[in-house]
Amino acid sequence: MSSETVAIIDYGSGNLHSAAKAFERAARESGRDARIRLTADPEVVAAADRVVLPGVGAYADCRRGLDAVPGLVEAMTHAAHAAGRPLLGICVGMQLLATRGLEYTTTPGLGWIPGDVGLIRPSDPALKIPHMGWNTLRAARNHALLAGIPTGDDGLHAYFVHSYALTPEHPEDVVAVAEYGGPVTALVARDNVAGTQFHPEKSQTLGLALIANFLNWRP
Amino acid sequence: MLKTRIIPCLDVKEGRVVKGVRFEGLRDAGDPVEAAKVYDAAGADELCFLDITASREARGTLLDIVSRTAEACFMPLTVGGGVRSVEDVRALLLAGADKVAINTAAVKDPDLVARAAEKFGAQCIVVAIDAKCVSGPGEPAAWEIFTHGGRDPTGIDAVAFARLVAGKGAGELLVTSMDKDGTRSGYDLGLTRAISDAVNVPVIASGGVGGLDDLVAGVAQGGASAVLAASIFHFGQASVAEAKAHMAAAGLAMRLDGPASSARAPL
Repeated sequence: MSSETVAIIDYGSGNLHSAAKAFERAARESGRDARIRLTADPEVVAAADRVVLPGVGAYADCRRGLDAVPGLVEAMTHAAHAAGRPLLGICVGMQLLATRGLEYTTTPGLGWIPGDVGLIRPSDPALKIPHMGWNTLRAARNHALLAGIPTGDDGLHAYFVHSYALTPEHPEDVVAVAEYGGPVTALVARDNVAGTQFHPEKSQTLGLALIANFLNWRP
Repeated sequence: MLKTRIIPCLDVKEGRVVKGVRFEGLRDAGDPVEAAKVYDAAGADELCFLDITASREARGTLLDIVSRTAEACFMPLTVGGGVRSVEDVRALLLAGADKVAINTAAVKDPDLVARAAEKFGAQCIVVAIDAKCVSGPGEPAAWEIFTHGGRDPTGIDAVAFARLVAGKGAGELLVTSMDKDGTRSGYDLGLTRAISDAVNVPVIASGGVGGLDDLVAGVAQGGASAVLAASIFHFGQASVAEAKAHMAAAGLAMRLDGPASSARAPL
């Protein structure tokens, strides 16, 4: 199999070396020949076989960061829609896939997974915000990204750190949720576009398995 | 279900772990990156570096340590110490910290918390509160913020300050009792509980852990979402796995599927 290029979009939203290392390790351990590239170059993104959109920070600030790189959103749009390449958003990168974010101010997202990103409102007022730490996942449906990953109360844990969450307009876009005073969207997917609210690059066993699944995903 | 977090904390000075860490097979007891790798493998839920270097010149050393840790470990990392500006926060996040703790600068200028949270999101801004009990016997309990390692009183009530910075956008509070720190007599549970009840953000209990029951009490009685400890882990009194097993046996929800939760990293 020829080598695939995985573009991790570096638009200044935080350190991505940890993410790059996690993708490199998952590729190595799953026997895939993947070239992991940290890049903000629209040409590299448009030509990549797989695209990863990370994001740490406030929604509006991340959106500004994306827009500040000329041609980047167009390149992502090309990769995800014209070329149908698998794309994975992580944390705020996942939230940016939504129609709009409501953190501090209303900010337009990419609109690829229709829905709003709003403040988490746990039914139990004793539960703290942010939702911070390790939580298990509950699968809402089968998906290639969850292949071989134990879910449910006795399943593996994912690392979350967020106050806002995506509520998709189409319930079928939800692949997995975390329980936190009600379901919190943890993993979404629509066609070849997917996103995790948790940080796979910080989620040890579960994270590496999910990244390997993404590298193998043929939507 | 969200689990209680165990957070080993390393005090770092001029790029070296203060007093060192005694683990079997550790090549360099003073290298924070080596220690971080051990805790990553031992199933720690997060790791905390507190930089106590006095000089600003040594800042690059800290950033280098953070960067090398982020490349070697797939675990969340909080870094604090000497953070004075939005630029300091940015530099640490860009180096690879997941969360940044602000201490004295937040006391001097609580709006720094708001500026940092608006820029980077509340979820990565931790405010570290160092407090001492200032009420006498028979008086209602009260705690005051102290800065500079517990030397300098500020006249600021710790619980009121906790409410203030949570309102300004702190995503988490690291609450250290300067009375208890280093005593190994347990957390100040009154302080931990008073702040945990006062705010809607997670509280990390810190200062005074002498044994595993103290970790349980920090959550069960103190209301903390996470427990921080240093010497009991660094000097081999308990492993992270033992601490988790002990807390789970006490009825707390713990993550027991760490990468090597059976590994006994510390001696």
